[in-house]
Amino acid sequence: MASVPLLRGYRIERVPAPSRLATALVSLLSLLLALVFGGIVLALAGENPLTVYQTMLRGALGDWNGVAETLVKTTPLLLAGLGVAVAFRMQLWNIGAEGQLYLGAIFATGTALFLIPTAPGWVMVPAMIVAALIGGGLWGFIPGALRAWFGASEIITSLMLNYVAILFSEYLVHGPWRDPQAYGFPGTPTLPDAAWLARWGTTRVHLGLLFGLIAAVTLWVMFRRTRWGYEIGVMGENPRAAHYAGMPTKRTIILVMVLSGALAGLAGMSEVAGIGHQLQRNLSPGYGYTAIIVAWLARLHPFGAVLVAFLLAVLTVGGDQLQMSLGLPAAIAPMLQGTILFFLLGGDLLTRYRLTRVLGVG
Amino acid sequence: MVRRGLVSVLSVLILVGMMAISFGRVAAQDATPAASEKPLKVAFVYVGPVGDLGWTWAHDQGRKELEAAFPNVTTVYQESVPENPADAERVIRQFAQDGADLIITTSFGYMDPTINVAKDFPDTKFIHISGYKTAPNVATAFGKIEEPRYVSGELAGLMTKSNQIGYVAAFPIPEVIRGINAFTLGVRKTNPEATVKVVWTNTWYDPQKERAAAEALLDGGADVITQHQDTAGPQQAAEDRGAYGIGYNADMSELAPNAFLTAPIWHWGVYYKQAVQDILDGTWKSTQYWGGWKDGIVDLAPLASFIPEDIRKQIEDEEARFKSGEKDEFTIFSGPLKDQSGEVRVPEGQTMTGDEILGMNWFVEGVQGDIPS
Repeated sequence: MASVPLLRGYRIERVPAPSRLATALVSLLSLLLALVFGGIVLALAGENPLTVYQTMLRGALGDWNGVAETLVKTTPLLLAGLGVAVAFRMQLWNIGAEGQLYLGAIFATGTALFLIPTAPGWVMVPAMIVAALIGGGLWGFIPGALRAWFGASEIITSLMLNYVAILFSEYLVHGPWRDPQAYGFPGTPTLPDAAWLARWGTTRVHLGLLFGLIAAVTLWVMFRRTRWGYEIGVMGENPRAAHYAGMPTKRTIILVMVLSGALAGLAGMSEVAGIGHQLQRNLSPGYGYTAIIVAWLARLHPFGAVLVAFLLAVLTVGGDQLQMSLGLPAAIAPMLQGTILFFLLGGDLLTRYRLTRVLGVG
Repeated sequence: MVRRGLVSVLSVLILVGMMAISFGRVAAQDATPAASEKPLKVAFVYVGPVGDLGWTWAHDQGRKELEAAFPNVTTVYQESVPENPADAERVIRQFAQDGADLIITTSFGYMDPTINVAKDFPDTKFIHISGYKTAPNVATAFGKIEEPRYVSGELAGLMTKSNQIGYVAAFPIPEVIRGINAFTLGVRKTNPEATVKVVWTNTWYDPQKERAAAEALLDGGADVITQHQDTAGPQQAAEDRGAYGIGYNADMSELAPNAFLTAPIWHWGVYYKQAVQDILDGTWKSTQYWGGWKDGIVDLAPLASFIPEDIRKQIEDEEARFKSGEKDEFTIFSGPLKDQSGEVRVPEGQTMTGDEILGMNWFVEGVQGDIPS
C-alpha cells in the first residue's frame, strides 16, 4: 500500500520509520485530546469533567481494593492480548482469541473436574495450565492449518470458531457438565480446592497475573533474542523474501497460531481457576475482542501489552464509579472509553501515515 | 535502544506516581471521621438498563418506591453489570466498601459473587433475587410469577384462532421452564386443542433477536405471542403482523397498542419496602422469600380494552381467585399432569412440592419444544 488517493492533489503515504519518541509523544497527546473531548461532552451533559476523571481514577487506583481489582481485570486482557500480538507480528489476523480463551477454560475445567479431581495442587495447577495451552492451541491450530495448507483466511475461520467455542461451552454448562445440585441452573460444580490459584492476601489478585508477566518477558526474549522470533517478523513483513531465504513459512504459520491460541487459552484457565472457580455462562465479557485493541495499541510489543491492558482495566474499573458514586447514566463510562481508544488509534494512524501533496496534479 | 529504555522508564515512573497518589488518598480517607445519623443506604446491581421496560425497569420501580416511602433511605445503583464473576463481584464489593447497608443483586448470575462478598462484609445485608444460596446476611427472594402467567395462558387460549401460541423464551432453566408449563396449563384449561411452541433465544436482553424469534413463530402459524424476555421486541413483532401479544415485566401497551393483551408483571417494591422496614425495626433475618399474587409481588397488567366482554369477565374472575388466595401456585401444579410424551408425572389428587416446582426440568403436555440436556 504505497499511496491511496483521498483528496485531489494529495495522497496518504506510509511514514518510513516513525521514531519511538515521536510515537510515545503522539500517544500521550492523543490521550490528552481524548480527555479534553470527553470533557466537553461531559460539560454539555452538565457534569464537571474534572470531578468525573478524578472519580474514575480514584475508583481504579484510589485504594488497595481498587488497585487489586484493576489488576484482576488486567490479567485476562494481558494474556489474551499477548496471544493476539504474537499472531499479528506475523500479520496473521487471529480474531479468535475469545474462542481460544473458552477452549482453554473448558480444557482446564475438564482436567480439574473429571481427569484428576483428587490431585494435589502442585500436580493440579500445572496440569490445568498444560490443558489450557492445548485447548487454546488447538483452537489456534485449526485456522492456522487451514491458512497454511489451503490459504483460507484466518480472519474468517478464527472469528467463526469463536461462536463454536462459546456455544460448546454453553452446551457443557447447560448439559453434561451441569452441577446436579444447582436446581437446573447452568454452571459446572465448583472446582476442587487444589485447582484454585493462589491469591495475593485478601485481594482477588491471583497467580494468573504472574502468568501474564512471565509470558510477556518470554515473548520479549523470543522476539529479540531468538532466530525464530526474528523469522516471524520477517515472514510477516515480507513473505516472499522469507520464502527465498528458506524460512519454513507454512510450519511457522501453524506454530504461531498455536502459540497465539495457547496464550488466550491460558487467559481462560486463569479466569476459571483464579476468579470463578467453575465454568459458567458469561465467562468472558469479550476479553478476546478487547485483546485485539490491547495488541494493537501496544504496537504488538509485549511490555506495551502490559501497559495497555492495565490502562484498559483502569478505564473499566474506574468507569464503574461514574454510576455507583456519581449517579451518571451507565452509558457515560463506555462513551469515555470509546473516546480514548478512538483518539489513541487515530493518533497511531497519524504517526504511521502522512498526507503529502502530489505535484503535477490538478 | 536508548530511546526505548527511556519510554519504559517513563511509563514505570508514571505508574509508580499513580500508586503513590493512591496511597496518599488512602491515608487521607482514613483520617476523616465517620458521619453520625447516616441514612440507610440501599444499593442495586442491575443486569440490564433501567430503561428496558422489562426486568431491570421493574426492579428500578421498586427502588423508586423505596425512596418515596422512606425519607431516610438513599439508593444507588449500577446498570448493565455483566454476569461474569470478575465484573459482578467487583461491583458488589465496591458497593459494600462504599458503605451500603443493604445490597440487592437482581440476577441469577450474581449468586456466587454475592455470597463471596457477603463473607467479607458480615455487617452488610444482601438480598439475591432468584438464587438458592443463602448466608446469615444473605437472603433470597423470588415471586410466583407463574400465577399470573397461568391466567395469561387462559386468556391466550381464549383469544387464539389458529390454536397455535408462540413462546419466546430466554434460557432452558427451571425459572423459565416452569413459566412455560404454567402458561401452557392455563392455555389448555380454556382451550384443550391449543399448543404452545417454544423458541430459545439464549439471551435475556436482545430486542432484535427476541423480535426475530417471535417472527419465526408467527411465520409458523402462531397468532398469539408471549415471552420470557426483557424487551418489547416480541410484542412489536406481534403488532406488525396483526397478531396478539402477552408481554412480561411491564405494561407494554404503548409499544404495541393493537396487539398487547396483558402481561405478568412484578411489584418488587412490595417486598423491598418490607425488607427495609425489617432492617429499620431490627427484625431483619436471612429468609428465602417466595411471594405470590396474594402478597402483591406479582400481578397481571390491565387487560386490553379490545378484549371481548365475556372473555374479560372470565379472566377477571380468575384473577380474583388468585388474589384472594383461593387458587395459587400449587393449584396450577396439581395432578393430573402429563409430560410431553403423555406419561403421567403427577397423578390425580397429588400436588408438586415447592422444591419440585422450583427444580422443574420437564415440559407438560401441550408444549412443543425441547429442553437441551
